[in-house]
Amino acid sequence: MVGLDLERAGQVSTEVQRVLRKLGVEPEVVRRAGIVCFEGEMNIVLYTPGGRIILLVYDDRVELIFSDQGPGIPDIELARQPGYSTAPDWARELGFGSGMGLPNMEANADRLEIRSRLGEGTVIRATFFRRRDEA
Amino acid sequence: MRLREVAELTGARFLSGEELADRAVGAAFAADLLSDVLAMVREEGVLLITGTVTAQVVRVAEVMNLAGVLFVRGKIPTKSTVEYAAAAGIPLLATPRTMYEACGILYTHGLPGAKRKPLPYEHDQLGSPPP
Amino acid sequence: MKLEEVAERLGLEFWVRADPEVEVRGGYVSDLLSDVLAHAEAGDLWITHQRHLNVVAVAKLRGVAGIVLARGLQPGPETLRRAQQEGVNLLTSPEDAFDTAGRLHRLLFP
Repeated sequence: MVGLDLERAGQVSTEVQRVLRKLGVEPEVVRRAGIVCFEGEMNIVLYTPGGRIILLVYDDRVELIFSDQGPGIPDIELARQPGYSTAPDWARELGFGSGMGLPNMEANADRLEIRSRLGEGTVIRATFFRRRDEA
Repeated sequence: MRLREVAELTGARFLSGEELADRAVGAAFAADLLSDVLAMVREEGVLLITGTVTAQVVRVAEVMNLAGVLFVRGKIPTKSTVEYAAAAGIPLLATPRTMYEACGILYTHGLPGAKRKPLPYEHDQLGSPPP
Repeated sequence: MKLEEVAERLGLEFWVRADPEVEVRGGYVSDLLSDVLAHAEAGDLWITHQRHLNVVAVAKLRGVAGIVLARGLQPGPETLRRAQQEGVNLLTSPEDAFDTAGRLHRLLFP
């Protein structure tokens, strides 16, 4: 993915959902993974020069891994707080950057791990457990 | 309420998905901030009322399985966005009315607001308003 | 209808009560500051999910009747202070923008 490529931002999420559906993953997981992927994708597009998204599907869980070459997150605890945002005005005018990205990823993933190094980039892993008995 | 009635009541025209005009709309959510849509809308089959016409709106509609999108104040997305929506089977409607008017008309005709996810920070640091 | 009465009928809470006697002539719903700057009318009650501090400046410039933060959002301390300084009515609604706008619309044009 390329940073600031706004026309195509969001494509990965819909593609991820298509793949998950095809693999017979439970609709509830497909929905949550789509939402998390969208937020992660927008983070890469808005804040970094580029990055990649990896989708891993296991019998018991789905993982989405976002890795970017971005500036890194100086204070992860702060960034996890709802409403905290460093977004420029143009991002807000596009309907993003209200400081809900990471909190919304957290709300929709069963587990969210963030590793970030300033000047090098950020890696986020979102895990979704498949509850097949309920599906 | 069906998409057809949404169009009739708000004077909107279909940009895409007119063949789905009989699709039922369960509830509505009005927002320009797509992150709000992603964070707050819980159910499927919701009509999004928005003034945001970027390509991401259609992606969000797809990811969230929305019933359709109603663009307000005569704004319409680019041709490629409309074409994408048509191919993906997402109904897009456009009305010259403002978001306030569109909400008012649809609410008055019985369309309920979408159920929201409770967010932890909605009742945070400040407590209650000054007396 | 006066803002005080609108607030009472819709269950809005005043956070900054700068001028509760102001006449509410209509409504405007938007989360985009540029949109409000360009299109909101004086006397509109502005309903928004936008929590950015600049809502106060935009409200002042357009002369709206007040700002209503919807869906139970609470104003940040900076926003609160700015609204007090600028004398801009600031209210909150427990409902989201669609329901708040819908009820205001029905109240003003029954």
